Amino acid sequence: MAKAHVYKRDHVNTDEIIPARYLNTDDPVELATHCMEDLDTEFVGKCGEGDVIVCGDDFGCGSSREHAVWAIQGAKVGAVIAHSFARIFYRNCINCGFYPIELHGALDKINDGDELEIDYKDGTIDNKTQGAKIEFTPLPDFALEIVNDGGLLPHIKKKNA
Amino acid sequence: MGMTITEKIFARAAGKTSVKAGDIVNAKIDGVMCHDVTTPSGVSKLKEYGLDKVFDNEKIYVTPDHFQPAKDIKSAELHKRLVAWVKEKNIKYFYPLGKAGVCHALLPEQGHVRPGEVIVGGDSHTCTYGAFGCFSSGIGSTDLAAAIATGELWFKVPASMKFTLNGSLPKGVYSKDIVLEVIRRIGTDGALYKAIEYVGPTIKELSMEARMTITNMAIEAGGKNAIIACDETTEEYLKGRLKGRQDWDVFQSDPDAEYVHEDTIDCSTLEPLVALPNLPSNGTPIGECAGLEMDQCYIGSCTNGRIEDFRLAAEVMKGKEVAIRTIIVPATPGIWKQCQDEGLFDIFYSAGCVISAPTCGACLGGFMGVLGSGEKCISSTNRNFVGRMGDPTSEVFLANPATAAASAVEGKLADPRKYL
Repeated sequence: MAKAHVYKRDHVNTDEIIPARYLNTDDPVELATHCMEDLDTEFVGKCGEGDVIVCGDDFGCGSSREHAVWAIQGAKVGAVIAHSFARIFYRNCINCGFYPIELHGALDKINDGDELEIDYKDGTIDNKTQGAKIEFTPLPDFALEIVNDGGLLPHIKKKNA
Repeated sequence: MGMTITEKIFARAAGKTSVKAGDIVNAKIDGVMCHDVTTPSGVSKLKEYGLDKVFDNEKIYVTPDHFQPAKDIKSAELHKRLVAWVKEKNIKYFYPLGKAGVCHALLPEQGHVRPGEVIVGGDSHTCTYGAFGCFSSGIGSTDLAAAIATGELWFKVPASMKFTLNGSLPKGVYSKDIVLEVIRRIGTDGALYKAIEYVGPTIKELSMEARMTITNMAIEAGGKNAIIACDETTEEYLKGRLKGRQDWDVFQSDPDAEYVHEDTIDCSTLEPLVALPNLPSNGTPIGECAGLEMDQCYIGSCTNGRIEDFRLAAEVMKGKEVAIRTIIVPATPGIWKQCQDEGLFDIFYSAGCVISAPTCGACLGGFMGVLGSGEKCISSTNRNFVGRMGDPTSEVFLANPATAAASAVEGKLADPRKYL
């Protein structure tokens, strides 16, 4: 079961997700130790495997650094749910095989600590704590195919094979 | 229905007669910008997936800039990986230390940006090149890797917003203030997934350097790209500068092209703006925030680190001394040399500034001027997010270079107009 870590914030930017002072490495294990550090210094300690980050509008705005996605994947975060995503971050997620869940009103439907079960196929989130089923718009087919292949490069490799 | 300039570029790059906003297209890439932070990972991934090749070794432009010269052992290792790949793939246009500069100032200066092209880069401010009437956009390491190996990428053709710029800029107000005004109006996600097209008579009065400041900050409104059609000023800049192909495609938006948002800015009524922490959309007239004490001034970056910016700063600082730490960072070696030849460094030296080698440096909190806890910096850069230039409790105030210089002289936010 995934636990929700809710930040009632819009515009959580890539400098907060992974500060530039750590961009001298591209090792996801090392990056993961600083995941969300400038937003919440305790995040890494309390995030269990498969847990979910929930935010408002424009998550991941700012830099093109894919390190932000690697840090989140490295920290074993299961999903990010946001009202909306910044463009480059959204694309980086798909390219890394990480499903960004766009859900308007997420901050009204999910509270900090809620237990969630996500069904990517049906596009539903089962909020076990509140006993509510929440629908989200699934990724378009071509993006879903990239995510299911594990990211853009494995997707290209498969197509070339 | 007519097409916008952005749609026309995508139609050409996708080999179609027409496209419209929302279409998914596979576009041929005309240029790929690579730097030290995002490229090494991208090319390592290519090796990992057995896709290790370059689509064209003359269309990939490489410069270390973020942590250049290497700031520590880890960044030196990133540079080693970058250089090893450049050698292995025989990349024609590589700018090593001494030639290296802040990528978005360097590529146009070195003649790698052509109107009508599709240019991508592993950096969010790649949107800068739209000042030349091309489509350019920032991408992450994986997209970068795919572009390097295949020379094409999928894109969703963006819907366009149109800003008409009227009137002449008053004294002390510059193109930075125009873009801060745009972001103030629409917010940091006001152009999410969209193209921002600038038209109107004011553009004729703006140099290419000034135009690049405007297109550079499209990403600060969430934009996919910004674009200004090619005109005589563009052609004048390109003459004798372009490397490789000497011709280019000029596209103009059709009169009946579709825009999802239209707005007009009377530039003659603008004031110098300061974007207060922690969002670039917090633009505030200097009159409403003057007097706030600063700890540091930073003048540089892909936004405002070009020759015109240092001329302005020098005009303000001439014969004066700065009251706070002030860091001058010319964005490229060419700009550095020009500053020296024009005597600007003498003015900065006498004023008590320090002059840095070209680097992205402290704009992103990398090095060469990182802020301590609670410190405040007036900066000619592009972002003032939490912790952007250092400690998470430090604060960044974004302004034009003249406002930054005036604030350096007074040690607090100051109106530049009394110094001009």
